[in-house]
Amino acid sequence: MIRVADVNHQIDGNPILTNVSCDIPQGEVTALIGPNGAGKSTLLKLMGRIEPLQTGHVAINDLDVGTTPSGQLALEMAYLGQNLSVASRLRVRELIGFGRWPHCKGHPGPVDHAAVHDALVMFDLVPFADRFLDELSGGQAQRAHLAMTFAQTTPWMLLDEPLNNLDMAHSRALMKRLSDLRDAGRSVVIVLHDLNHAAAWADHLIAMKNGRIAASGTAEEVLTPQTLAALYETDVQVLRYAGRPLVLHHI
Amino acid sequence: MTRAKRLALSIGVIVLLAVASTFIGAAQMDLSDPRGMMVLTVSRIPRTLAALLTGAALAVAGVVMQQIVRNRFVEPGTAGTAESAALGLLVITLVMPTAPIWAKMVAASVAALAGTWVFVHMIRRLPPREVLLVPLAGIVLSGVIGAAVTWIGWQADMMQYIATWLMSGEFSGVISGRYELLWIAAIAAAIAFFAADRFAILGLGPEAATALGLSPRAVMRLGLTVVAVVTAMVVVSVGMIPFVGLVVPNIAARVVGDNLRRSLPLVAMGGAGLVLACDIIGRLVIAPYEIPAGTILGVVGALVFLWLLWKPARPARRKTLPEQVDV
Ligand SMILES: Nc1ncnc2c1ncn2[C@@H]1O[C@H](COP(=O)(O)OP(=O)(O)OP(=O)(O)O)[C@@H](O)[C@H]1O
Ligand SMILES: [Mg+2]
Repeated sequence: MIRVADVNHQIDGNPILTNVSCDIPQGEVTALIGPNGAGKSTLLKLMGRIEPLQTGHVAINDLDVGTTPSGQLALEMAYLGQNLSVASRLRVRELIGFGRWPHCKGHPGPVDHAAVHDALVMFDLVPFADRFLDELSGGQAQRAHLAMTFAQTTPWMLLDEPLNNLDMAHSRALMKRLSDLRDAGRSVVIVLHDLNHAAAWADHLIAMKNGRIAASGTAEEVLTPQTLAALYETDVQVLRYAGRPLVLHHI
Repeated sequence: MTRAKRLALSIGVIVLLAVASTFIGAAQMDLSDPRGMMVLTVSRIPRTLAALLTGAALAVAGVVMQQIVRNRFVEPGTAGTAESAALGLLVITLVMPTAPIWAKMVAASVAALAGTWVFVHMIRRLPPREVLLVPLAGIVLSGVIGAAVTWIGWQADMMQYIATWLMSGEFSGVISGRYELLWIAAIAAAIAFFAADRFAILGLGPEAATALGLSPRAVMRLGLTVVAVVTAMVVVSVGMIPFVGLVVPNIAARVVGDNLRRSLPLVAMGGAGLVLACDIIGRLVIAPYEIPAGTILGVVGALVFLWLLWKPARPARRKTLPEQVDV
C-alpha cells in the first residue's frame, strides 16, 4: 500500500497540494484523474521521491519515502515522468538497460539481459533496439521509456500520462499489460486524461482538483455526470457499455 | 567498423604519433650518444606523455561536463573553469609566494571547483530550450573571471604567468620533473571511467536519475570534482588548451552515442591523439622554431567545430552492434 498522509506542497509560496491524504491499495490499478494543473504530477512525484516532501508523510509498503535510501526505493517502485525530452544520444537497448541499474549497478547478468529483452519484445521495439532515441517517432520514444520502466520490474509502477503519443493499439496494449501485472500481484498508479481508459482498466480512481482530492472510489462511483461536471467544469454525458461507464466528452 | 576494430585503429594511430613525437624536435637526437639518450628520456618522452595525458584528460572532462549540464556545447575552457583555476593560482602565489607546489595545486583545484559550481547554478535559471544560451553564459562567466585575473595580474606584475596558464597550452617547456602533475589529471579522468554509467544516467535528467535510485547531487559533485581537478592540473602544468573538450566528445557522441561506458575509451584516445598531433604539427611548421599546441588546436578545433555544427549526425549503423547491452 502507498499511504499518503497530510501532504502539503508549495512552490514559491503558492499552494500546489493542500491536505492530501489517501491510501492507494496494493495489487490494483489506481488512476489519478483531474483537470490540467490539478496537482496529479506533483503528487506522483512526491510519492516517487522525485521531489522532496515539504510536509506530511508518504510510505510505500511501510517504507518511509523521506528516509529510506533511494537505491532501496528503486527496487520497490519505478517512475515514469510526464516530460521525457531526453537530450542524450542513447540506443533504445541502452536506455532500457539503465532500467536494470537498481538491480545490477552496472554489472548486468543473465537476468538483466533477459529483462531488457522481454521489455523490447513487450513494446514492439525489437526492430528499433539499436537505433538512437533521436531517430525514433514520438510514440516509439515513449514506448522505449515505458520499456525502461518495465525492465525495472518493481512491485509498484508510477506512470505519469504514459499514453502520451501512443496510438490506439499501443494504448490498449499498455493498459492490458498493466492489468496483467495487477493480476500477477503488482500495483500501478497511473495518471490518465482519457477517462474511458480509466473506466475500462482501473480498479480505483482518485480525482484531483486545485491541489485537493475531489473524489475517490471505483469507476462507478467517480465517473458520474455530476462528479465529472464539477471536476472539469464542463458538461459530460456518461453512458454505459459492457458493464462499465462510457464517458462522452468529445461532442 | 566494429568496436574492436575502432579501438585497435585508435591505439595504432596513437602509437604511431607517439613514436613520431619522440623523433621530432629541434635538438638532434643520436641514440648511440649518451646526450641523445638524455634528450629522449628527459625531454621527448615526457613531452609526448604530457601531450597524451593532457588531451585524454581534457576530452574526458569535456564529456563529464556535457553530461552534468546536459548541453553539448560546453567544455571546461568556456565555462569559467580554467579562468577560476588561474585565479586560484594567482591568489595563492600572491598571498603565499613560497607555497609548495601541492598547495598551489589544491588552490587551483578548489578555485576551479568553485567557478564551475557557479556556472552550473547560473545556468539552472536559463530556459531549458535555449541550448546556446548555456555556452554563451559560460563564455560571459569566463570573461568576467578572466578579466579579474588580468587585472590582478597587471597590478601584481605577473602577466607572464597568466599568459602561460591561460593563453595557449604548449609543451616545449615540458621536461622530466615538470609534467608529473598531469598524472593526477589522468587519475581524475580515470575516476570518470568507473562512474561512466552514473554520468550517463544523470544525462537522462535529474528526475530519471532519482527514479533509478541515484542521487543527482552526488553524481554532479563527483563530476564537478573531476572537471575541476583535470582543468587545474592542465592549467598549472602546461596551460589551458582549447576545443579538445568540445570537439572530441561531440565526434564520439555522433559515432557511438552518449553511453559513456562505450564512448569514454574513444573520447580519451581521441583527445590524446588530437593534442599530440597538434603538438607535432606545432614542432614542424616553422622548425626549428615552434608554435604552441594550443594555438594549432585553436585553428584546427574551430574548423572541426564549425564542421560539426554544419553537418548533422548520421543515423546509427545497425548491423555491427553486439547483441547485449552495456548497462
Ligand atoms: N516548477 C513549478 N513552478 C511553479 N508552479 C508549478 C511548477 N510545477 C508545477 N506548478 C504548478 O503546480 C500546479 C500543479 O501542477 P501539476 O504538474 O502537478 O499538474 P497536473 O495535474 O499534473 O496537470 P497536467 O494534467 O497538466 O499534467 C499547477 O498549477 C502548476 O502551474
Ligand atoms: Mg501532469
